[in-house]
Amino acid sequence: MHDEVILNVSNLRKYFKTTEGIVRAVDGVSFNVRYGETLALVGESGSGKTTTGHVIMGFYSPDDGEIIYKGVYDLSLPMKKRPLELKRDIQIVFQDPGTSLNPKRTVKDIISLPLLVHKTIEKKRIYEKVAELLDYVGLSEEFMFKYPHELGGGEKQLVAIARALAPQPSFIILDESTSALDVSSQAKVLNTLIKIQKELKLTYLLITHDLGVVRNISQRVMIMYLGKIYEEAPTEEFFKSPMHPYTQMLLSSIPTLSEDDEKIKPKGIESVGEIPSAVKPPSGCRFHTRCPFAKPVCSQQEPPDITVNSGHIVRCWLYE
Amino acid sequence: MLLEISDLYVYYRSYWYTLKVLNGVWLRLDRGERVGIIGESGSGKTTLLKSILRILPQNGMIPKGEIRYDGKNILKLSSSELTKIRRREIGMIFQDPMAALNPVFKIRDQLYDILKYKMMIEGHNPSSRELYEEAVKIFSDVRLPDPDRVLESYPFQLSGGMRQRVMIAMALISAGKLLLADEPTTNLDVTIQDQILKLIHRLAAQRNLSTILVSHALGMVYQMTDRVYVLYAGDIMEEARTRDLFSKPKHPYTQLLVASTPRLSSVGVGEGIKGKLPDYHNPPAGCRFAPRCPYVMDKCINTKPRKIQVNREHIVSCYLYD
Repeated sequence: MHDEVILNVSNLRKYFKTTEGIVRAVDGVSFNVRYGETLALVGESGSGKTTTGHVIMGFYSPDDGEIIYKGVYDLSLPMKKRPLELKRDIQIVFQDPGTSLNPKRTVKDIISLPLLVHKTIEKKRIYEKVAELLDYVGLSEEFMFKYPHELGGGEKQLVAIARALAPQPSFIILDESTSALDVSSQAKVLNTLIKIQKELKLTYLLITHDLGVVRNISQRVMIMYLGKIYEEAPTEEFFKSPMHPYTQMLLSSIPTLSEDDEKIKPKGIESVGEIPSAVKPPSGCRFHTRCPFAKPVCSQQEPPDITVNSGHIVRCWLYE
Repeated sequence: MLLEISDLYVYYRSYWYTLKVLNGVWLRLDRGERVGIIGESGSGKTTLLKSILRILPQNGMIPKGEIRYDGKNILKLSSSELTKIRRREIGMIFQDPMAALNPVFKIRDQLYDILKYKMMIEGHNPSSRELYEEAVKIFSDVRLPDPDRVLESYPFQLSGGMRQRVMIAMALISAGKLLLADEPTTNLDVTIQDQILKLIHRLAAQRNLSTILVSHALGMVYQMTDRVYVLYAGDIMEEARTRDLFSKPKHPYTQLLVASTPRLSSVGVGEGIKGKLPDYHNPPAGCRFAPRCPYVMDKCINTKPRKIQVNREHIVSCYLYD
């Protein structure tokens, strides 16, 4: 089941016009998501990871490229032009549940809205269904008539997850869904996401900057920098042998909590510089301005795709 | 001993309630030592730091407790003595530089102000040339390139990392002995965070500063401190040497917190902690963690546990060890 492709993105581009020029937020990105897996899209702010997710959701239409979902649906269509069954099938959980839940609605109202819109269920069974959804995410029926402000951060995010589950989607985009939470509530949310994925056979696209979360939930990782993907690998292998200098810099920057974690971090690379503006991205490999191993070719030509191992691709001149 | 806080209570008055935030906090800091305070958002970490400088908001009050800094009782000092300490001895790096820097003044005006008043307290009225030279020097210390451009910029014209470096520069000017860092890298990307943490570490060591680092990121505290205090809902739950605290946590809260943190070397996170922080206007009478604690006993609910020394330099306040 893990081999069949649910989402195919090829050569995706999304530019934004601003007063300072054209921001090339996503600049030629291609990848596949397979049924039932969690694919992590990792990058720092300004890397274009959220834009990629939002284009798939249909919040923006792409400037170029193809997005094919389940082999038949064309996701370059904006939200309004998508058929209802497609909108039902792809859901998103946002970063901050404090702002993504309507403060004036009870938990029951929040979760039943998608049920009403998509008519997945008879009206009189809604109460039952909401209780079932709450149970899925580990919240008791008592939460039904509470307002968001009565809940803790983790509980709010669980409600947002229950709402995303309501229309019975098969694909969920997790847009930094655990980043705003404290570790104690993040753990509960992570475990719940893993549990419901198994039970409901969901596919996740996890957008995050937190590699600790990636390690725990995803099967494959992609590293994005300034609108391009520079490395892609199965999670195990990614942490064992990160190849791209940017990936190494990212990993070595994480403050770890034990000797074992410390050993994972690549040695001999130190974080320098800042992410350049996406209006005028550096030529060639976009990371060359911060890369300690940069060669002349790096600033002249885009690096080629180099397959290191099955499923492990790195875009870097060092491995040519 | 540079700083010793004992039995500190801080309340906030609001229209309807009194919020009883800090509930008998203790802390000590030796000269040159690096201490960390970990706790979730809303646990009172920032309140604790602000009470050291006595910069609590207007509705904040300290009904009880003592803060001894360098032989002086901070809570009894006159405002002119406090000003001297704030300008020359204790510097603070605030959480959000966008909120801490004034958006309508250039960095130059804000930085010169701090430099000037510090020099005036030392009995010297600096010329603008001297101020400029000092600013360039301090910018090179915090590795800010192009000082002329930065001085002429407004905060919004700088990147997050640069703003944070400006904040650190400002804090360093007044940090003669003690540097307080309140979540110094929230909102920064991990590669920039790494640069900023190393910078703080290096500068504090060079200048022989004692530091207090407050954070909810356990990894950061693990890497940057010698000793740690665990703060939950205004109570110190545990105090230990950093390595001991993370390898052998004693308090149930610390244990759950450490287990909940995702690791790079292994898969699987703990169960997390159910429920949420108590309301400060009506906090639990006994141990403030009791409502969420998996090992809760009757006595936990009614009376606050005392400090128990479980090991040399390892103190926990929990009935499980009584």
